[in-house]
Amino acid sequence: MPERVMFTMGDIACAEGALSAGCRYLGGYPITPATEIAEWMSIRMPQVGGAYVQYEDEIAAITSVIGASWTGVKSMTATSGPGVSLMLEAIGLAVMTETPLVIVNIMRGGPSTGQPTRGQQGDIMQAKWGSHGDYQIIALTPASVQEMFDQTVQAFNLSEKYRTPVFVLADETVGHMRERLVIPDEKDLKLEYRKTPTVDPKDYLPFKADDDLVPPMALFGSKYQFYATGLTHDERGYPSDKENVQIELVTRLQNKILHNADKIIDVERIELDDAKIGVIAYGTPSRSAKKAIKDARNEGIKAGLLRLKTVWPFPEKQVAQLASEVDHIIVAEQNLGQVYHMVKAVAAPTPVHLMAKPAGMPQLPHEILTKLRDVNSM
Amino acid sequence: MMVATKDMPLKEYVLKGNAACAGCQDMVALRHAHKALEGDVIQVVPACCTSVVQSLWPKSGLAIPVLNTAFPAAAATASGVRAALKAKGNDHTMVMVWAGDGGTFDIGLQALSGALERRTDFLYICYNNQVYSNTGTQRSSATPLHAKTTTTWFGKAETEKMLDLIVAAHEPVYQFTANTSYPRDFYDKIMKAKEHPGPKFGHIFLPCPQAWNYPVEKGVEIGKLAVETGYWIQWERIGEEFILGRQSKRFLDPEKRKPIDEYLKMQGRFSHLYKPTRDDKKIAEIEAFIQHRWDVVMRTFT
Repeated sequence: MPERVMFTMGDIACAEGALSAGCRYLGGYPITPATEIAEWMSIRMPQVGGAYVQYEDEIAAITSVIGASWTGVKSMTATSGPGVSLMLEAIGLAVMTETPLVIVNIMRGGPSTGQPTRGQQGDIMQAKWGSHGDYQIIALTPASVQEMFDQTVQAFNLSEKYRTPVFVLADETVGHMRERLVIPDEKDLKLEYRKTPTVDPKDYLPFKADDDLVPPMALFGSKYQFYATGLTHDERGYPSDKENVQIELVTRLQNKILHNADKIIDVERIELDDAKIGVIAYGTPSRSAKKAIKDARNEGIKAGLLRLKTVWPFPEKQVAQLASEVDHIIVAEQNLGQVYHMVKAVAAPTPVHLMAKPAGMPQLPHEILTKLRDVNSM
Repeated sequence: MMVATKDMPLKEYVLKGNAACAGCQDMVALRHAHKALEGDVIQVVPACCTSVVQSLWPKSGLAIPVLNTAFPAAAATASGVRAALKAKGNDHTMVMVWAGDGGTFDIGLQALSGALERRTDFLYICYNNQVYSNTGTQRSSATPLHAKTTTTWFGKAETEKMLDLIVAAHEPVYQFTANTSYPRDFYDKIMKAKEHPGPKFGHIFLPCPQAWNYPVEKGVEIGKLAVETGYWIQWERIGEEFILGRQSKRFLDPEKRKPIDEYLKMQGRFSHLYKPTRDDKKIAEIEAFIQHRWDVVMRTFT
């Protein structure tokens, strides 16, 4: 399909991004503020020969996505914080079985029911630590309608390449704002597909990784026989209670993300070359921060912005580099401080100041400007 | 003898100025349930329309204690409330779940089954408007065949789940269906529920002007047509004893039922069945389901 231009909301851009990435299955359950993704997919999926199925709850929705992915279809679910809370066990299962899938979390105010129609960025740590056990996850943080499209495509690419669940973590404001969206021509999109085994079926070891630490993925229904399980398993996929098997598996699952972090992580550096104060933000507050650093520069305050487009794996190198360049770092996020703690750990001894706001309206440009003035006068 | 309107308590537990939509039949149901319970009740509500209506800032919509719980967990939460009341020696306060069809038919079914099996002394009310209204009218497993929702744009392809049979398999001490077009009948059923210690289940048919797309003043008319066309069956089951409701008795005979078109035509969610011409095949499928439900209910319970 040729390039198309739409004026649309972030949720719909996300759905279109998924379709352009080749997603042909969404297992969903209604929840504000992510419902528009499901509603849009219920129209669009049949048009492209895919399926939208609504389940009886979020546990069913995500486990259906795991099942769908194992047949070789790029699959996703879309929900919000309370839905992710119910999905957590299955997210661990997807990590352990190395199932490529995408989870869109349009973040709303929490905890619990919170403020369903107001945005927040309270689920950053949940995405990383929500399921039990040691594991790594990939989480992307779009800040515009166009990025909802682009980063959903990226999420599918990363999930296919590294055989892992990938989060699109968008705050409600990004999900519901309306902006111009350019859907590129199909041939201009670079799409990734999971690698499949080429060995003779009798030699196939379903969880034997290649040098990139990712094993080729046979599909259910193909000529390869195998067993996928959430139990600790060896290269053959056989469950094991041996210590060395557990250590080897969880270490590989961790390292396949961390060792490829440079290829996964995406940040945007704005006006940082001569900056004395660096602002770190993602999602909607990063838009306010962009305006604030411009205003600050008009006043002679040398401010810049490090905009995180990936929060997991955490961009440690990029933040450490920023810390070596500037005198102060300000973290502006729509929660009580989540990325802040990661920044603080990496940036020391550079002082890190938190602009926390656990509510629907993001930090406004003039508020960030005031903070920049305060920090500048320190 | 059915209660006379003048004999119902005058005190209102559903307060004025709450956040319900115009024409909301849930308010009719809540109002009569609480008149029957007269304040000696702890209400447990999962995510549903009532969870908004009861609480939207800056007001509190109900003059009774309400515990708003997680979507999958209403019956489990009520079980905890009941157990604690028992530990405190309280055997009179009614623990009542007030849940929508999504929170009962779909995500809440496991908790409901568990509470019924444990013989929890509580009353579970499912007010069924056949759609997830709180999030903007997506289909649920209570949505009827061929109804349009925002996730079934061309009409739902599956028939609704016959939840009453699932509940009946748990053998509650008292089970009933009700309809907000017959509020006195519903009041009497809540009064009856008070007399039976143990698990009790009420399933209320509740037209919704927002989701079903009809003029707000037509809710009672549509509710009555649901009974008169045979679509909705009013019945009670006290232990093993099955009572076909007086409103539904005559419609056991298909000949006496009004044509289903009278019911369907009033609702926008079925409008596609009449455009550009009557879709005889799909409407026949709806009629077949109605008869099927009568057959299953009568075969199972009598």
